[in-house]
Amino acid sequence: MKLFRIRGGVHPHDCKTLSADKAIEDLPMPSLLHIPLQQHIGAAAKPAVKRGDHVLKGQLLANSQGMISAPIHAPTSGRVVGVGHYPAHHASGLSVHTITLQPDGKDEWIELSPPADPFALDPAEIATRVAAAGIVGMGGATFPSAVKLNLRNRYKLHTLVINGAECEPYLTCDDRIMREYSANVIDGIRIMAYALGVENIIIGIENNKPQAQAAMREAATTFPNIQVVGLPMRYPMGSEKHLVQTLTGLETPARGLTADIGIVVHNPATALAVRDALREGKPLVSRVVTVSGGAVRQPRNLRVLLGTKVQDVIDHCEGFNVEPARLISGGPMMGNLLPDTRVPLVKGCNGILALTAKEVSENQESPCIRCASCVQACPCGLLPLEMAANARAGNLDAVTKLGLMDCIACGSCSYVCPAHIPLVQYFNYAKGELASRQRAKHKQDETKRLIERRNERMAAQERAKKEMMERRKREAAAKKAAAAAAAAKTAQEASA
Amino acid sequence: MSLLISSPHTHSGKSVHSTMLLVMLALAPATVFGLYLFGLPAISLFLITILGCALAEAMALKIMGKPVGKYLSDGSAILTGWLLALSLPPTAPWWIGLLGAFLAIIIGKQVFGGIGQNLFNPAMVARVALLISFPLEMTTWVTVDGVSGATTLGHIRTETGQGHSLASFTDSLPSVSDMGLGMIGGSMGETSAVLLLLGGLFLLWKRIITWHIPVSLLGTLLLLAGVMHAINPDVYPGVEVHLLAGATLLGAFFIATDLVTSPVSATGQLIFGAGCGLLVYVIRTWAGYPEGMAFAVMLMNALTPLIDHYFRPRIYGRDRKGEPLNYASGENKP
Repeated sequence: MKLFRIRGGVHPHDCKTLSADKAIEDLPMPSLLHIPLQQHIGAAAKPAVKRGDHVLKGQLLANSQGMISAPIHAPTSGRVVGVGHYPAHHASGLSVHTITLQPDGKDEWIELSPPADPFALDPAEIATRVAAAGIVGMGGATFPSAVKLNLRNRYKLHTLVINGAECEPYLTCDDRIMREYSANVIDGIRIMAYALGVENIIIGIENNKPQAQAAMREAATTFPNIQVVGLPMRYPMGSEKHLVQTLTGLETPARGLTADIGIVVHNPATALAVRDALREGKPLVSRVVTVSGGAVRQPRNLRVLLGTKVQDVIDHCEGFNVEPARLISGGPMMGNLLPDTRVPLVKGCNGILALTAKEVSENQESPCIRCASCVQACPCGLLPLEMAANARAGNLDAVTKLGLMDCIACGSCSYVCPAHIPLVQYFNYAKGELASRQRAKHKQDETKRLIERRNERMAAQERAKKEMMERRKREAAAKKAAAAAAAAKTAQEASA
Repeated sequence: MSLLISSPHTHSGKSVHSTMLLVMLALAPATVFGLYLFGLPAISLFLITILGCALAEAMALKIMGKPVGKYLSDGSAILTGWLLALSLPPTAPWWIGLLGAFLAIIIGKQVFGGIGQNLFNPAMVARVALLISFPLEMTTWVTVDGVSGATTLGHIRTETGQGHSLASFTDSLPSVSDMGLGMIGGSMGETSAVLLLLGGLFLLWKRIITWHIPVSLLGTLLLLAGVMHAINPDVYPGVEVHLLAGATLLGAFFIATDLVTSPVSATGQLIFGAGCGLLVYVIRTWAGYPEGMAFAVMLMNALTPLIDHYFRPRIYGRDRKGEPLNYASGENKP
């Protein structure tokens, strides 16, 4: 199959050997699970249980809210010991609404009711079941997968692309899933393709995963409409629109979706979750996480229950051999800093990295030397050095004009910058500041509208008051005239 | 650790310091050859120029209240001195080197605010200032046998200016192999084309520079040379002269590609290089100086902000005007 070249991109050290040969294993049952109600893009789920309730594995804990949202299910059986606030899986360490579950050790499922044959279902029914299972994009984006499976009515679709690139260094969970569950992944892929109404399926896997490529090719042997394609090792190959361009040559329009060019992209772990939901009736209650980094004594790929604390998975990997310089959720290029190890694992967390100071290679920022390395590295054709200079100077309009909203924050520019300028941080700052201004403007507009309405109301009251006074004045005048007339009449009668 | 730290959490290992070191490494072969060829006076001038640049930078940083050690250690001042030295006549007096150093660092760089802020290549600022101010000292050359004489380009300009046909004095010009190897007179570091090319290829291989500026500069210059030579071979020297003599290769790979003062987009770099090539040819052929690289680079440096403004990469998913791409519904079939 012919591949197309994307612009830019970098070659970080892939560091996957630490965990690529570690088979997926189950993490032993933790003593407590902290299950956030916001583990997806969209509205947070609303609790359906209360403190003291006993729940079974797979039981609904919280309902989705609105079109873009996802329900939350019990990762195991046990007792709800709290519905309150707990540190979020986020650098800020802020609290988020969380259900705390104490496992009873039985790991007892609810009664599961899978359909007899997913391919006999109406496609919309498949999307409904995927939504009910709480399945979201497992590559990290956590967009509700059912919404993407419902696109056939609005777009002319022709291809399903499976994103097996896993281009972030250190991470190997998709690699292991494709090697160890290739048949199930293919089954899930076919179910998704059926729901989407597409015939053509392309599975893109980077060439640093030859065993995954081989396993998937073997599992797809009997399905001629499925192609397994080797991808060049180039970050950010896993970016949805760059993956699509590499495979098809088509470029996704700005502010558009890959569906605009007839393509839908899903992750292999998402496909596996869809398969489990449609073949076994299981909601999404666990996921595979790579635990790696130079500070981890024994890197592993673990299947963990959602809500497991990071500390529990670190302990299972025999702890740290040195204090990590950074604790990261996700990969080193786009991952988020974690405040500490108390935070829970969530649906979108594909890696926990404990990086040493040497791996992080933290250096002081120095002046930009305009070497254009960041321009060459940018896969979106932006000018990161100009954007950062304008952001630093507070020219947010200029940053926007230079393509801030087209930036995918892949980190390639910061990665290559010889001056160690934190370019992505400037862009995040600019986006945050613009969002803040937007909110302030909205609030100001609302205030202005309220003031105008109050002024109108006051003016109306004033007019009403004035009318009343006019009316009273007229009535008084009329009364006075009547009195005068009466007096005149009386006088006339007297004179007569 | 600060929670404000954003991704990415790893780095390529590149630094300003390592970038400068690699450029120096690329210059080393031609430099060593030049110092060997021209001997002790060249060595002392070379060292004085570089030390002068370091001293000037330290003074400026001190005055501005910036940490001297940190900024000096990035190596950019030393590299500026190195490039300036390579563009000087080997027998120029020591004070030419020192004055040039101060002009390069103080006027060419620090008055703009320091590294990354300067508009013009600092070494070329100094060279042009010296050339205009001290024409005699800046144009006294020695040949390999120690006898005073003109450079190849200077010789050609003198003879053709007097109406002599190129063919009539070809025998007195260096051979192509001598020009290629560097057994000719000229500035300290510009004579060995082979070694400069080697250094340039090293920079390309290490991705310190990209191919756009050298290829468009050399392409434009040699295209013009070829065409004009074909039109009138008696007056206009051929491509081998323009390629191998003067500062062509030093300029194409080390001066025009200065990271700070050249455009950042690939298209902009091609335009910049072509402009340099054109100006080099025009100045060499019709202007008052036999060599035009420094002037060409500075003139194109002046245009760099304009080039960067008008020649940006196309943003992914948008057309050249910045509007989102539009796929008509019938166009999305594979």
